[in-house]
Amino acid sequence: MLITRKVEFSASHVCRNPRLSDEENRALFGAAANPHGHGHNYLLEVTVEGAPDPVTGMVLDLKVLKEILNSAVVDVYDHRFLNREVTPFDQVIPTPENIAIDIWNRLAPHFSNARLHGVRLYETPDLYVDYFGEPV
Amino acid sequence: MIRVTRTYRFSASHRLHTPARSAAENRELYGKCNNPFGHGHNYEVAVSVRGPLDPRTARAVDIAALDRLVRQQVLEPFEHRNLNTEVAAFGAAVPTSENLGREIVRRLAQNWSAAFPENGPVLEKVSIAETARNTFEVSAHEDE
Repeated sequence: MLITRKVEFSASHVCRNPRLSDEENRALFGAAANPHGHGHNYLLEVTVEGAPDPVTGMVLDLKVLKEILNSAVVDVYDHRFLNREVTPFDQVIPTPENIAIDIWNRLAPHFSNARLHGVRLYETPDLYVDYFGEPV
Repeated sequence: MIRVTRTYRFSASHRLHTPARSAAENRELYGKCNNPFGHGHNYEVAVSVRGPLDPRTARAVDIAALDRLVRQQVLEPFEHRNLNTEVAAFGAAVPTSENLGREIVRRLAQNWSAAFPENGPVLEKVSIAETARNTFEVSAHEDE
């Protein structure tokens, strides 16, 4: 059975490859390369997979899921400049693809009865990425 | 691999009618959608692409290239058109959401290699919604 919970956070970022020139960065990333940063209201949908416990009838306690999402993701990401304040984005570009991978890596160790199935990250209502933990 | 999904919108008119059935049968089959003068929708099309991360950009797909391809192949030919009379594929096929989804997959697939590098992103599926209540998903590999 799959269970999905949604959570939101707002953050700023710059999409820029430090090994490339300003001109190349503008060509690749457009307005997202602005060195001063810009922001989004991100919407995260986290899906876990598991069988309901025969006694409680629950796959996992949704209150626990909420606490995991808050402590592992929202507290870390919300109202931050990702490039400056959240590792690994001092090293890797905070594209929605890399953010989804980082969120997967932060969440995966927290689950025991249920298994993390997928993360869907909306950068805007018209653009989202799905990551299911496969090697990239 | 990472899947990226981008949503686009266009508005168009159509009429559901098959010449293989009588007028009465068409009315029965398609109901209001068989109105001879046609009617319109605000369509929402979600294009899902799967690919490895480009080491230069950390992106699975060049969004600007995807936007360009969808604009040229789908939005420009379909936007504010009568699909039955102005889009060649719907001279023969009934412009249901099912057939519209397949036509969009066909158009994107045919022009994919000119828009993206080899070993780059692959088209996975197209979802199309005529209204917010019904969504149709067409896999890019359905015809293979």
